[in-house]
Amino acid sequence: MLEIRNLCATADHKTILKGINLKVGIGEVHAIMGPNGSGKSTLAQVLAGHPSYAVTDGEVRYEGQDLLALAPEERAREGVFLAFQYPLEIAGVSNAYFLRTGLNEIRKHKGLEELDAMEFLGLLKEKMKLLEMEPSMKSRSVNEGFSGGEKKRNEILQMAIMDPKLAIMDETDSGLDIDAMKIVAKAVNKFRSPDNAVIVVTHYQRLLNYITPDFVHVLFDGRIVRSGGKELALELEEKGYDWIKEEAGTLREARV
Amino acid sequence: MTRIPIEANPYIENFDILEKTEFAKDPPWFRSLRKAAISHFAEKGFPTTREEEWRFTSVSSIATASFKPVPANRKDLFASGKIEPFLFGLKECARLVFVNGLYCEMLSQMPPRLPSRVRVENLARVLEESPDLVEGHLARYAPYGNNGFSALNTAFIRDGAYVFLPRGAEIEGFVHLLFVGDRNEALANVRNLIVAERGSRVAIVESFVSLEDSAHFTNTVTEIQVAGDASVDHYKIQNESSRAFHIGTTEVNVGKDSRFSSFSLSAGSRLARNNLNVCLDAPGGECALYGLYLLSGSQHIDNHTMITHAKPYCNSREFYKGIVDEKSRAVFNGRVVVVKDAQKTDARQTNKNLLLSDAAHVNAKPQLEIFADDVKCTHGATVGQLDEEALFYFKSRGIGEGAARALITYGFAKEVVARVPVEPIRLHLDRLVLRKLKQEGKGGEEM
Repeated sequence: MLEIRNLCATADHKTILKGINLKVGIGEVHAIMGPNGSGKSTLAQVLAGHPSYAVTDGEVRYEGQDLLALAPEERAREGVFLAFQYPLEIAGVSNAYFLRTGLNEIRKHKGLEELDAMEFLGLLKEKMKLLEMEPSMKSRSVNEGFSGGEKKRNEILQMAIMDPKLAIMDETDSGLDIDAMKIVAKAVNKFRSPDNAVIVVTHYQRLLNYITPDFVHVLFDGRIVRSGGKELALELEEKGYDWIKEEAGTLREARV
Repeated sequence: MTRIPIEANPYIENFDILEKTEFAKDPPWFRSLRKAAISHFAEKGFPTTREEEWRFTSVSSIATASFKPVPANRKDLFASGKIEPFLFGLKECARLVFVNGLYCEMLSQMPPRLPSRVRVENLARVLEESPDLVEGHLARYAPYGNNGFSALNTAFIRDGAYVFLPRGAEIEGFVHLLFVGDRNEALANVRNLIVAERGSRVAIVESFVSLEDSAHFTNTVTEIQVAGDASVDHYKIQNESSRAFHIGTTEVNVGKDSRFSSFSLSAGSRLARNNLNVCLDAPGGECALYGLYLLSGSQHIDNHTMITHAKPYCNSREFYKGIVDEKSRAVFNGRVVVVKDAQKTDARQTNKNLLLSDAAHVNAKPQLEIFADDVKCTHGATVGQLDEEALFYFKSRGIGEGAARALITYGFAKEVVARVPVEPIRLHLDRLVLRKLKQEGKGGEEM
């Protein structure tokens, strides 16, 4: 579904991604872990098309297309979804209207009928229940006055409604207490299917107790330095990231 | 700006004629008020950009044009369907319609019954039939000395609305005052007087609109007295043609334990200036002023507000937002004065501006003048462009650039519109905002 080859990206002329290689197959869940500043969030944002990053090398194939050639909104319509690490607050636009506008853009692209306000409301209610969200949150302005945890839940609500093919979750677990994390994980597990794929970007292993990944990758200094099964996450939890840094350091010296 | 020589001033010449004819039948107190006002104008003339209060707004285009009052005998009769878009779809609301500043009975309507002693009528009729009702009120809260436009307005008082609520009275729904301009060069000199006695409640909507794309000039003054324990909600919707000129002054006096709220939407006219002055004149008074200005093309809209905390224990809230596009220019000047003994004042002011083009311009000036020491006062003004991060958030949800910009912009305005508690007014404003932001066809539901 997704193939990243030698992806290099900069922000403000600073190189952040230094050659990422990653293959994500349909029906798979990949976890990308790594210490702060390793480039995890940059990778997520580059895949979604954030304008602050410039891709300097490499390519990304998504469903046979050149993903990097698509505008952010086209990526979304093609089924790429990014759950933001820091969701934005949008004054004066209700959560329901925002979601319906986005969903209908995606449906139009797929050649489906747009949902009217009533049809959409049914879908919204069902998904909000799944995420145990207050009904009032649908009419409130997008993320405005939401707590950190509510914002993250709102991201997963959007994911559940847009039903993407490739969902990228950027540090969704940060700011979530254990109960909220279980709710989010339940929604993600319900979303998982043989027809889609999920990339979970996280610093900590704890979310992976609830969302079991098929593959775990460790990102350090803009490169994937290690890949493995779900046990790799447990190893990181136990030993921290220092040994990865040391290993990577040795590698770099060897390369020099 | 050059000052026009007084002897050549058409307004003064015109006054001299009217003074001997139409105005000759006025009671003596009124005649001397007119005369005092015109001499004030003769002395001061129109404001110039040399004056601090008019630094950013030149009115030379008004001063040098020749706007004339429409002859009093002209009956503006046209199909009532023409004003339908400016109404709120309400059958029984009290409505006074003025065309080029003069009352049009045919287009006006009254609910089946108003509470006893409540009066909602046109000022010309009151001045003719029972001028003693307004003596002592007229020009009491809106002194003609404030600026040349108020002086002119007072000298030429002809018509406008008179709304009176006796003790404890309440008008259901709201009173709609609709001012229509439909002729080039027409001067609509509108004067409204609203008196809410102790314990009364009323909501008043003033809408200013144009038929056709006419270049007319509205010079309007509204004075409002909110007596003790009373409540007045005032709405001003200014959406005149892009060739029109609008100078409006609203002067409000708020009594003990009373509340006043104002909502102002300025979207129309080539040049508009709104002066809104509220005096919290007794303890326990409060006011909330909300404003929204939407500019495009080469419009110039200036909102000057002043809240005077004249007595202790009063609250004021002010929240004005502006969306400034293309080559337009907006001015916001929010002055809050807390006099020496007005302790325990609580005043908060916010002004936010969104610039949508590189050629758009905003002058935002919050002004706090505090002479008391035990007060809570805050103010803040921001000028910014559309947030790129927010745009990306929309795009990442499949929403394209154009729609994303429109939605974020609309949301910015919506934050003010959403504060309007009366649903038909809120929906009307919502549609107006969408139209102005060129988002037609998306209304009909609240976003």
